[in-house]
Amino acid sequence: MSALVQVRDLAREYTMGRGAVHALRGVSFDVEQGEWVAIVGPSGCGKSTLLNLLGAVDTPAAGSLTIAGERIDRLGDAAATSFRLRRIGFVFQRFYLMPALSAAENVELPMAEARVPREERRSRVAELLGYVGLGGRAGHRPSQLSGGEQQRVAIARALANRPALLLADEPTGELDAATGLEMIDLFRRLNRDGTTIIVVTHDAQMAAAAARRIQMRDGAIVPEASA
Amino acid sequence: MPFRLAFLALLRHPARTMLALLGIAVSAALLLDMVMLSSGMRENFQGFLLLRGYQLRVAPKGTLPFDSEATIDSAATLVRRIQQLPGVSAVSPVLGAQSQASAGDSTITAFTLGIDPAVQGDYELLGGHDIADSVQLVVNASWLSATQRRVGDSVSLAVGYDPQLRTVLGQRTFVVSGMARFYYTATTQPTVAMRLPVLQAMGGSTRRDRVSLLMVKAAPGADAERVRSSIQQVSARVSAISLEGATAQVEQRLAYFRQLALVLGSISLAVGVLLVTTLITIGVNERAGEIAVLRAIGVAKRSIVWQVVTEGLVLSGLGALSGLAIGLVTAQWLERILADFPGMPATFRFFVFQPRDAGIALGMLAVAGVLAGIYPSWRAASLPIAGTLRREAVA
Repeated sequence: MSALVQVRDLAREYTMGRGAVHALRGVSFDVEQGEWVAIVGPSGCGKSTLLNLLGAVDTPAAGSLTIAGERIDRLGDAAATSFRLRRIGFVFQRFYLMPALSAAENVELPMAEARVPREERRSRVAELLGYVGLGGRAGHRPSQLSGGEQQRVAIARALANRPALLLADEPTGELDAATGLEMIDLFRRLNRDGTTIIVVTHDAQMAAAAARRIQMRDGAIVPEASA
Repeated sequence: MPFRLAFLALLRHPARTMLALLGIAVSAALLLDMVMLSSGMRENFQGFLLLRGYQLRVAPKGTLPFDSEATIDSAATLVRRIQQLPGVSAVSPVLGAQSQASAGDSTITAFTLGIDPAVQGDYELLGGHDIADSVQLVVNASWLSATQRRVGDSVSLAVGYDPQLRTVLGQRTFVVSGMARFYYTATTQPTVAMRLPVLQAMGGSTRRDRVSLLMVKAAPGADAERVRSSIQQVSARVSAISLEGATAQVEQRLAYFRQLALVLGSISLAVGVLLVTTLITIGVNERAGEIAVLRAIGVAKRSIVWQVVTEGLVLSGLGALSGLAIGLVTAQWLERILADFPGMPATFRFFVFQPRDAGIALGMLAVAGVLAGIYPSWRAASLPIAGTLRREAVA
């Protein structure tokens, strides 16, 4: 059986002034279904670029990227958008909830976009908020929630359309140590319940909690010992 | 969801949204007034001429009714011949002149109409009774006020006053039988009506059997244009003008005015578009991170475009509805000012509200709302997701 995520010789360059910056250089790896992988490395090593490519919000200069059997490096904008909506869940460092919407509405947003029937949406929202421990905070706006609670809502939103892959970019970066540990517990529970997770992190505890770490430096994967 | 997000985006800065709405409302009010003024004058002019159902005016050749001192001679014969034409229901001859009446130490000059009371189409009786014989007059409130007389009083009227020789062509004593509102003279213009033969006789040989114009009513079902053509064949000395013809001539004279209204209306519309575009673009720039996140979680470009265009439509729509109310109030205020303009007929209205006009103004503003949303929505939909998120993270 093939891996859920197959990355082959992935490259990404940025033009800066007259020169080109090689953000990623020939990156290859696989992630199996149900695996939890942490991508670690110093700032500017290409972790977030790799995550953006995995999430189909950016396109590679070379190489191939297959997720759940679909080549996403070749998708046009509309197809990539649809792929993100149905197959990818995004969790950001700064939560990025819609400030004017309640927690429940934030979770409902991707399902509304996917034209999920209203009743089904409502029941899924209740299920997800319950799962992340915020069953009683459904009507609260993000400004009425703590950082940890906002990140839980963001995780519930990411899971709304039952994605094949959950991508998280520094999910504990804005949280205090205790809340960060709670978040790691939540990720652990998610993974145990079958969610495939790729997390980019500087947080040693989050990286240690993952089943596997991919160490990066200067746009390439390096053996962990050489980091 | 895009609609809800659009509303919520506008509610996020209530003061800014309210100020923008006010700006659009003012712009919409100006646009409505310009549309009302531009088409209202034409529509009203037609109604104005049709007050008593006379669709045709017959004036001395090459002139508009009362456009000059020119008169039509052998009027009685012409009236008779026109009355006999097929499709003619009534002919109302009118002679215009100036009359003088004393009021204490001063003399009041009045616009004086010689009419046939049975078929007259120039006034509406407000008090007393209509002209029943040769010594009776119908006057307007302005004349009563200027001469300090009342209905039932006697008055001596002179016609054909020559200021050089200090002579008059004719002078008679009349009884004021009624007070009327004259359709085609200004409220402030003292106006008098008497029987046509009386005014003709008072004018001496220069007025004998002459009229200034004829008003002709086509029979129900008759083609007014065909009647006009028949009248034209009866006499080469006159111009028969149909409602459409008169409207066209007036429109020609009002062309500059209408162009001005069009330009001002267009400017107000452009200001509205720029205002909404600017406001929404600011909002989009402020929410760039949120929009990039929406795109990252799978919200389609078209949903983003809808959301932003909806913001424009909501702003324009609410602004237009408020502008409708402001525009109507402003139009009434301007109408009062213009009604006091010297020589303005009492029944003439510059601003005529028609649902169609409001529809045009609202429609134009809806289009403007969509246009205003195009640039910011394009900007929002084309935000580079990864780059914007990176910038937001750094910020």
